[in-house]
Amino acid sequence: MTDASELARALFDARRDRKPIPPLSETVDGLTIADAYAVQRAFVERLRDGNDTPVVGYKLGLTSKPMQELLGVDQPDFGPVLRSMVHDDGAALAVDDLIQPKIEAEVGLVLDRDLRGPGVTTWQAASAVGGAIAVLEVVDSRIEDWRITIVDTIADLASSAAIVMAPRVVPVAGIDLRTIGMVIRSGGRVQATGAGAAAMGDPAAAVAWLANTLATFDVALTAGDVIMTGALHAAFPVAAGDVIRADIDRLGSVTARFV
Amino acid sequence: MTDVSPAAASGADEPDVGRPAGDVDALAARLLDAAASRTPIPPLTDDVELTVTRAYDVQDAVVAQLDVGPAPIAKLGLTSRAKQEQMAVDAPLSGWFGHDMALEPGEPVATGELIQPRVEPEIALLTSATLSGPGVTAAHVLAATAAVLPAVDVLDSRFAGYRFTLPDVVADNASAARCALGDPVPVDGIDLALAGCVFSCNGVLVATAAGAAVLDHPAAAVAWLVRDLARRGRELPAGSIVLSGALTAAIAVAAGDVVRVTIDRIGALELACR
Repeated sequence: MTDASELARALFDARRDRKPIPPLSETVDGLTIADAYAVQRAFVERLRDGNDTPVVGYKLGLTSKPMQELLGVDQPDFGPVLRSMVHDDGAALAVDDLIQPKIEAEVGLVLDRDLRGPGVTTWQAASAVGGAIAVLEVVDSRIEDWRITIVDTIADLASSAAIVMAPRVVPVAGIDLRTIGMVIRSGGRVQATGAGAAAMGDPAAAVAWLANTLATFDVALTAGDVIMTGALHAAFPVAAGDVIRADIDRLGSVTARFV
Repeated sequence: MTDVSPAAASGADEPDVGRPAGDVDALAARLLDAAASRTPIPPLTDDVELTVTRAYDVQDAVVAQLDVGPAPIAKLGLTSRAKQEQMAVDAPLSGWFGHDMALEPGEPVATGELIQPRVEPEIALLTSATLSGPGVTAAHVLAATAAVLPAVDVLDSRFAGYRFTLPDVVADNASAARCALGDPVPVDGIDLALAGCVFSCNGVLVATAAGAAVLDHPAAAVAWLVRDLARRGRELPAGSIVLSGALTAAIAVAAGDVVRVTIDRIGALELACR
């Protein structure tokens, strides 16, 4: 394949200049999922170059059956979340900083202890989780018109742009993460509803998948990491002036404003 | 009275001089015969002019053949924005279950008795007081809600391929066929708008949702029913059970399928098809 750092630079430039590029899957022959994660790592290195912005956690993508079917895959993907991507509840996000943003509501899970794959099961992942937090994730694609295959989105930080987090982490003891309900509104109007099971059947299963997948890169999850477990509904586009609010049962609400 | 009638919403009360109005009892007989013989029919509106108001008269004639009883089970349809947009209306519709249409706990649905069954997960409300009048709101409904139940609405359109207009489906008793109800639990402390729903079939996740999928709040859907009944000079008696509307899109089922609905904080309900 083409040099990972070259592809990473193209994506980095696209992000910086807000000028999306054609899908890597069309311009590079035989780009594998492993290659795509190598591009993602090079992309992250560029973003962190000269910036003190640690990886604070991960986001999962393609965690729902409909999304996997849309992209013709049977697995999710992940990308790192950098401190610089994380915003507080009520944050005003400038759409001019983004290319073609969409928004989705997710359950964020915070680890109480380290979790190292392989072989992590859902119940083991669930017992490593200490708290849950309502999250809005702004996704954006550095690929033209969101014309992505799985390798395109993996290379492109799993299409991640910004994370807005509720002000509190809520203890998960006694909460069945599968059935907690979610309502997302734009300007007060219900856009979509869902429940935790939309993320791989169980947000804790998403954490187990991540731990096992990271193990193939010899990386472990560590206590304090926050994991965005995947959209609970179909993402929808946002524009300047939109006020988006997600309510997740027991976790509270989180709001993002687009300016 | 602030509600918008389905007729006004759809413009379906515009007269059409080109087609006959059709006799209410004859139209009801078409639907009852289709159900009895399990033979779907073309939409009534293919050959007769049918307003929504008149469609409810046809529904009344159909429901008159059912044993609804003093504490009826009602259902709402077209309660999601997506479905309303699909049908180009901005109000739901309602229908009634006869008591022999309500399945006993654990009783499978006999698909051979139906034409083209589909199922959808719902939250049902059990009322503790009579609800009536054009000013009833979701708050009034909640104050008169004794309990909530997980429910599966088994639809069976008497129209081939579920092809119908709003007046057709109103006349066809909102496609009502069977319903399965879980155990009632007190609504106290449950935010029905946020109550999560997980819907699976044969152990495979079909869809998830929350109560707000139904007109922003299941109690708002029941309030619409009460206001719409008031428009027709009726009320909702205490002890009624109202299936408040589909939380997800309906799926077709066949003998051997087992569907499961879990509503957070309310309970789970499994329904087998034979």
